[in-house]
Amino acid sequence: MLEIKNLHASLEEEGKEILKGVNLTVEAGKVHAIMGPNGSGKSTLSYVLSGKGGYEVTDGSATLAGADLLAMEAEERAAAGLFLAFQYPVEIPGVGNMTFLRTAVNAQRKARGEEEMDAATFLKEVRAKAKDLKIDAEMLKRPVNMGFSGGEKKRNEILQMAMLEPKMCILDETDSGLDVDAMKLVADGVNALRAPDRGFLVITHYQRLLDHIVPDVVHIMAKGRIIKTGGPELALEVERNGYADILAEVA
Amino acid sequence: MGLPQAKLTATEARLASLAMPVQAGWTRPLREAALTRVQDLGLPGRRDEYWRFTRPDELISAAPVPAAVLPPAENATFEDIDRLRLVFVDGVFDPEASDDPALAGLEITRLAEAEAQDISWAADLYGVLETRGQSPVPRPLAALNTAFATDGVLIRATGKVEKPVNLVYRHCDETSDAILHHLIRVEPGADLTVLETGPAAARFNKVMEVDVADGGAFHHVRSQGRDHDRRAATHIFARLGEESIFKSFTLTMNGALTRNEVVIEMTGDNGTAHVAGACMGDGSFHHDDTVFITHDALNCESRQVFKKVLRKGATGVFQGKILVKAGAQKTDGYQISQSLLLDEEANFLAKPELEIYADDVACSHGSTSGAIDEDALFYLRSRGVPKAEAQDMMVLSFLAEAIEEIEAEAVRDEVVASLADWLERHRR
Ligand SMILES: Nc1ncnc2c1ncn2[C@@H]1O[C@H](COP(=O)(O)OP(=O)(O)O)[C@@H](O)[C@H]1O
Ligand SMILES: [Mg+2]
Repeated sequence: MLEIKNLHASLEEEGKEILKGVNLTVEAGKVHAIMGPNGSGKSTLSYVLSGKGGYEVTDGSATLAGADLLAMEAEERAAAGLFLAFQYPVEIPGVGNMTFLRTAVNAQRKARGEEEMDAATFLKEVRAKAKDLKIDAEMLKRPVNMGFSGGEKKRNEILQMAMLEPKMCILDETDSGLDVDAMKLVADGVNALRAPDRGFLVITHYQRLLDHIVPDVVHIMAKGRIIKTGGPELALEVERNGYADILAEVA
Repeated sequence: MGLPQAKLTATEARLASLAMPVQAGWTRPLREAALTRVQDLGLPGRRDEYWRFTRPDELISAAPVPAAVLPPAENATFEDIDRLRLVFVDGVFDPEASDDPALAGLEITRLAEAEAQDISWAADLYGVLETRGQSPVPRPLAALNTAFATDGVLIRATGKVEKPVNLVYRHCDETSDAILHHLIRVEPGADLTVLETGPAAARFNKVMEVDVADGGAFHHVRSQGRDHDRRAATHIFARLGEESIFKSFTLTMNGALTRNEVVIEMTGDNGTAHVAGACMGDGSFHHDDTVFITHDALNCESRQVFKKVLRKGATGVFQGKILVKAGAQKTDGYQISQSLLLDEEANFLAKPELEIYADDVACSHGSTSGAIDEDALFYLRSRGVPKAEAQDMMVLSFLAEAIEEIEAEAVRDEVVASLADWLERHRR
C-alpha cells in the first residue's frame, strides 16, 4: 500500500537533513507502528508524505498503491487515499466543522470522478459516526477545532478519517494528551476502520496506545532512520527498557 | 484665516460645478450654513493630516471619473430577505421601482418632497449631527453633501419595524455624480434595520444622519456593490441616547476608491455602538475606513472590528479613534483592525488612536497585518480541499470576526454567500 524507499528530506530554509534514508513498506490490511525518541523525525516523515511545504526531498521515493506521492499536491495525495491525523490539529475560526468536512469529502469525490455526497446523506453519516466517537452535535456546529479540548481535537481527527475513508491512514501521536477513556474511544474508532484494503501507520511515543490498536509490525525510528523492526514485542521492550538499549545496539 | 491657495482653487472649482437644488423650503438655510462650512474648511487636500493615506483628488474634482456600468448581479445581496426596497437610480429616487413605503411603525418621506412639509424632527436633524461631527476633525465632504444633496430619504421609526428597509442604489449612467442625504430618527424603544446595496453612481457622496433615542435600536448592514469602479465618500453621523443600540456593518468587494467615515457620539448612559467592516480588495482598489467614536456618558460599550483582505496592489486604510471624555466612566472600548495580505503588492495603512480623559475605563486596540496561515492552509489541503478553495476558506475565516458582528442570521448568511460567490468568481 505505502512504499517508502531511501527517503531523504531536509528543511528547505536551513538545509538541515531530517530524514536520512527511511525505508518502510506498509501492506494493505496491516497496522504498522513507529516509535522513537522525540526529535527523531516521525512527524517530519508524516508531513513529507502528506505534502506539507517547507521540506525538500533530496533522494528516495514514496508511493501509495503504486502512485508517486511526492509528485502530487497535498490535496491530490488526500484524494489518492492518504490521510494524516495531525499531532496538533489546527484551529480555524470562522469555518464550520461541517462545512469543512463536507467540502473535503466532496472535493475528494470530485477529484476521483465520483458523485458528490448529498447534504442529507452526509448529515446522516456524520451524525452516526460522531455518535460512535461521543462527539456531540453542538461540537460539530462550531468552527474547525475551536474551543475543542485536546481529546476532542483528536476525536475530531478520527471522525474526519472515518468520513473520508482513506486507503492509508497515518496517525501522528494521536494518543498524546488523551486520558484512558478518550484513548479507548480513539482506538475503537481506528479499529472500526481496520479493513483488508486499508493500511495504518501509527506513530506513538508510548506503548499504551498499542495495547488498544494492536500492531502487526513495530519500527523504531531514531535520527531520521528506521533502526529496528520487529513484532508487537518490540513495543513492550521499549516500554520496559526505554530506547537506550536499542540505540546502543545499532550504534 | 484664509485657505491655502491650492485648497481654495480646488474648493472653488468643485463648488462652481454644483447648484443648490432648492430655492426655498426648510432645508435652504441649513444648506446655506453648510456651504459656509465648506468655504471655511475647504475641501480635503493631499496635505491634510486626516487624508494622509487616501488621496482625495477624485472625490473632490469638478467632474467624476467615469465608471463602467456593470450588469446587475445575478443574485444580489439580500435578495432572499423580506424587505422594503427604496430604489435610487444614479442618486434619484425611483418610486416605480420601489416598494410601497407604508409599513407599520415607520414613516418614510423622500427628501426631495419633504421641503414643503413641516417635518419638525427632520428640521432638527438635517446637517445637525454633521455639524457636530466637524470637530475636532473637519469632514468637509459631508458639509458639501448637506449643502448640495439632491435626494435622500427621511425615515422615522416609531416602533419595532418588522421588515428591514433596503436602500437600493442602482448605477446606470457612466458619469453620474450622486449626492444623497438620509435622515433617520429611531424613537424611544423603536427598532429599525436599514440595508444598503449597490454601487449608486460613478461617484457617490452620501451622508446618513442617525438619531437613536433612549432605548432605541438601529441596525445597519450595507454591501457597496461588487467590482464597480466607483468612487465614494460616505459619512454616517450617529447620536446615541440612553440604553440605545447602534450596529453597523459594511461589506466591500472591490470599488476603485472608497472612504467610509463613521462618527458616533454616545450621549446617554449604557449605550452600545458596534461598527464593523469586511473588505475584499483585488487590484487597483483603495478602501479607507475612518471611524471616530466619542464616549460622553457612563458605562457605554463601543466596538470597532475592521478586516481587510488585499491582493494585487490593493490598498486598505483604517483610521479609528476612541475618544473618552472626562466623566465617561466605565467606558468599554474595543478596536481591532487587521489585514490579510495575499501577496507582496498589497498595502495596509492603519492609524489606531485612543484619547482618554476618564480614569475608570477599559479600552483596548490592536492592529495587525499578516499572510495566510500556512499550517491552517495545509490542514485544509491535507483533507483534499484544493488550494484555491482552501485559500478562500482562509479568507472567510479571517473575515469571520467582522461578519459575526451582524446580528440577524439571515442577513449574515447573505453576506457570507455574497462573499463566497465573489471569491469563487475571482479565483485563479
Ligand atoms: N519546521 C522545522 N523547523 C526547524 N526544525 C524542525 C522543523 N521541523 C522539524 N524540525 C527538527 O527536525 C527534527 C525532527 O522533528 P520531528 O519530525 O518533529 O520529530 P518527532 O516527531 O520524531 O518528535 C527535530 O530536531 C526538529 O527540531
Ligand atoms: Mg512528532
